[in-house]
Amino acid sequence: MLSNTAIIIYILVTAAGVFATRVFSFLLFPAGRQTPRVILFLGNALPCALMALLVVYCLKNVSIPTYPHGLPELIAIAVTAGLHLWKRSTLLSISVGTVLYMVLVQMVF
Amino acid sequence: MKSELQKSLKAAFPKTIPIITGYLFLGSGFGILLSAAGYPWYWTTVMAVFIYAGIGQYVAVNMLVPGLSLINVFIVQFTLNARHIFYGISMLERFNAMGKLRPYMIFTMTDETFALLCSAKAPKNVDKKWFDFFIAFLDHIYWICGCTLGGVIGALLRFDTTGIDFIMTSLFVTIIIDQWKDAKDHLPVIIGGVTSLICLLIFGADRFIIPALLALTAGLLIFRGKMEQNAAEKEEAHAE
Repeated sequence: MLSNTAIIIYILVTAAGVFATRVFSFLLFPAGRQTPRVILFLGNALPCALMALLVVYCLKNVSIPTYPHGLPELIAIAVTAGLHLWKRSTLLSISVGTVLYMVLVQMVF
Repeated sequence: MKSELQKSLKAAFPKTIPIITGYLFLGSGFGILLSAAGYPWYWTTVMAVFIYAGIGQYVAVNMLVPGLSLINVFIVQFTLNARHIFYGISMLERFNAMGKLRPYMIFTMTDETFALLCSAKAPKNVDKKWFDFFIAFLDHIYWICGCTLGGVIGALLRFDTTGIDFIMTSLFVTIIIDQWKDAKDHLPVIIGGVTSLICLLIFGADRFIIPALLALTAGLLIFRGKMEQNAAEKEEAHAE
């Protein structure tokens, strides 16, 4: 746990990081100028690549060699993905996946 | 003037209804997560008001540990939210025309608000500027309510929250699936996954994210020619 001042500073820095992305284009590309093609390309490709990074980030502390060998994660991800492919409802997939994972780590493994 | 505002609000509200459930749900997930990490509910409200970013706030819970590096936090948040840069590009003219509302419109440009602004057009007799503003404002309110609700639920219900952080993982998995189905080219997500895994193995769990961000951007640029060729071929096939 951090002190209140530390949390406030932390929130401000986080907010600044997010806001910087939102205001970036307005500062960099004044009205009427052509946006570089490489920027447009990255704008298309980055979101997909970043989602893969985020999943790896979420799983970074899973240890395959030690019990339970990443099984709860594997099962819960498989169910989340399967359900999402089937029903296409984000709310449903996330709820079922998370509750299942909590059950697995609290009661099964 | 007052009735003008009311008219804009009345026209904007129905457009934002689809966002309500999503923001209440994702927001309260964040609130529960933060309160599971031991923080009182009001921090969820503060973060919802000032950060106002779904993925950004989820990751922020994870990074909120003693001894954190603020520069790292800034870089990670900037890169995670880099897609906003491209929303900005498409909203340049529209927001630049909004005068004193412009800073707020830039600040509240989330994925959902961007999507709504792209699709929703103000009815003829309604002030366009205020119509756009109310779309952004209502979405912001839903998010604040959702986050606060989650913070309060997390504080009131003292259940075993072990594993609740999986809500993040499952959210990203569903986004990947949605993107996979919509995307013309699957190379970006593959490059992202492979470079991240390699960096995780090389640098370890605590310091892989910045190298991974650099590596996946480099990977995308290296395969840029290939991806643009793929896109061109798809378009040709489509034309035939």
